Amino acid sequence: MSDLIRRDPRAEWIARNRLHPLHAAMTAATGEVRGPSGLLRKNPHGVGFIGPNGIKRIDRLGGSVAAVGGRRGAAKAAQVVELPLHVVDAPDFYVVTVLDIVGGRLGSHDKDVLGQAHKLIRDSEGSGAVLAVVFGESKEEGFGLAGVDRLLQLDGSEYEGYSPEQRLAALVEVERNFAPRYWLFPDSINGGNELGCRLAARLGERPATQAWQVDTQQTLCRGAGGRTDITRATPRLLLLAEECAEPVDEARHEARVLEPCSVAQSLVRIQDRGQVAVDPNAIPLAEAEFILSAGNGIRDWDQFHQAAELLGATEGASRVVVDDGFMPRPRQVGASGTWVTARVYLAVGISGAIQHMQGIGQCDKVVAINLDAGCDMVKRADLSVIGDSHAVLQHLIELAQDYRLGAAENAA
Amino acid sequence: MSSDLNIVALVSIGQHPKSGRARRAEQDARAVELGLRLAGERVQVLHAGDAADESLRQYAGMGLKSLRILQQSADADAVVALGDYLNEHRPDVVLTGVRAESGESSGMAPYLLAEKLGWPLVTRIADIVSIENGEAQILQALPRGQRRAIQVRLPFVASVDMAATAGRQSAYGPGRRAQLEAMPWVETADSERTQWQHAPARKRPKRLKKVKATTAAERFKAATAKSQGTGGRIIKDQPAVEQAQAIFDLLLEEGVIR
Repeated sequence: MSDLIRRDPRAEWIARNRLHPLHAAMTAATGEVRGPSGLLRKNPHGVGFIGPNGIKRIDRLGGSVAAVGGRRGAAKAAQVVELPLHVVDAPDFYVVTVLDIVGGRLGSHDKDVLGQAHKLIRDSEGSGAVLAVVFGESKEEGFGLAGVDRLLQLDGSEYEGYSPEQRLAALVEVERNFAPRYWLFPDSINGGNELGCRLAARLGERPATQAWQVDTQQTLCRGAGGRTDITRATPRLLLLAEECAEPVDEARHEARVLEPCSVAQSLVRIQDRGQVAVDPNAIPLAEAEFILSAGNGIRDWDQFHQAAELLGATEGASRVVVDDGFMPRPRQVGASGTWVTARVYLAVGISGAIQHMQGIGQCDKVVAINLDAGCDMVKRADLSVIGDSHAVLQHLIELAQDYRLGAAENAA
Repeated sequence: MSSDLNIVALVSIGQHPKSGRARRAEQDARAVELGLRLAGERVQVLHAGDAADESLRQYAGMGLKSLRILQQSADADAVVALGDYLNEHRPDVVLTGVRAESGESSGMAPYLLAEKLGWPLVTRIADIVSIENGEAQILQALPRGQRRAIQVRLPFVASVDMAATAGRQSAYGPGRRAQLEAMPWVETADSERTQWQHAPARKRPKRLKKVKATTAAERFKAATAKSQGTGGRIIKDQPAVEQAQAIFDLLLEEGVIR
């Protein structure tokens, strides 16, 4: 074919004539249009689309036209960008982070600690790698996205439950093998603080605790129970407060799994006898892990209390049922009640007023049982069941009874 | 519970979180309370610091005949003095708070003492259920109000969590009458700490939600959008048995049913 750009006068004429029957078909799928001299031409009439009320709309995002056509997934899939992969092959030094992994997943505190590790590496000379030490099994798959270069997973039976002595022995082994430049721990009640302090006492380091502004020279940490700020030189071992640094979000990391180093079995002086059953209603609502919450859709209150008892859930309530006197005021969840942090929130017959949704903003998994499929709670929920709450609760009670019975038989 | 237990509770000077006034520390008061319940009046309450401090009498007012004080200046390293004393006297149980309310408040004292004495350390205990035949049954406080049972041989160090029974009310008169046994003790200067700068705590900046938007419309959407999930699973028009089963499976998967 020749390189000559040829005009098609008929097509141009149809394009000009918006009343022509072929106009829509011919102008719809034009790619780039070249003028007679080869210049790129833009057709100002071609942009936009006619809105539902006959007014022309110009969409400068260029994405929502597809959404109008009902392909919502396509626009979203196009937005997923592959982040650049950050590879450290032969690191000059290591920064070791020991992560909490609450419930088998990286928490926001863990991600902040990893972000701080990368901040320290950026500020120092040479190429460093972040080594994450994880005890026990993890369900997490996003280690690379959170900024882990090397992953050391220690999940033998000796690390199960409360095993601070064995974990400490493993960390001492890591210290011997990798000689890290920094040790970073989350200063949390989920084990980070304890392990960090134990390691500091063993290594003879003086850690900075509740550190919240750290660079390679100086560390700012809270003292006197949070009443003072202490400015000091950055030590080798840091216990970091929450939100100490921004989490990693601009690169993927390898999360290369390392061979677990052999750790000698340490003498077990502290024996874990397992968790003790606690009355779920004695746990403060704000820190309960699993909440069964009742709304206006509940008619049979005896059944609700029975379900909560069998499932081992802390009871919560919406404002309406508290006002109506079915539940005491301390059980109210929401803006004028308690802001809960449950991992699983099971809302029965709650449609989800905005004040209630604020109260459950920090919950991980929300399950809704409701009659109305269009209510706000169903939009927020990870799992929604549309149906009669009485019947569903009845079956849940039976399932829980069967489960407890089976567990008792297995134990016997 | 055997009556010849030798229990030492370590106390520090607390600070009211709002007014900053010196007081008995909340967690240390819980440690003293636990000691009083285990050993009655024979619990020994130990403090390393200035014997002239009046707020020490608030501990004495909890029903103690006497308090032992290792006389030191405020800049000295209390852990060294306490470690030497405990090494000399070898008690069965050492109770401390988790974190001091004044000073560095790093919470390292129980760890350093346990390391120095070579004893096991149980952190954040809520209660000591029993001590029999040289073995202690302990309840440890976990996050979210959970408890864990722990067994440990004597002697051991334990830090007492806020979940333990609150310290009993301090009576003023008995507190005044109690004897403060000040013992002169060798001071070890804390040289590293003298190089630090202390300032009143600055308010930490609130983390802002970062919006990586390229266009105005995206920014607008990020600012106004309601926080809702990306659309969960909806089970509709199915028998209630299957719906309940789906919920129960999710509860099992999350591990909230024990």
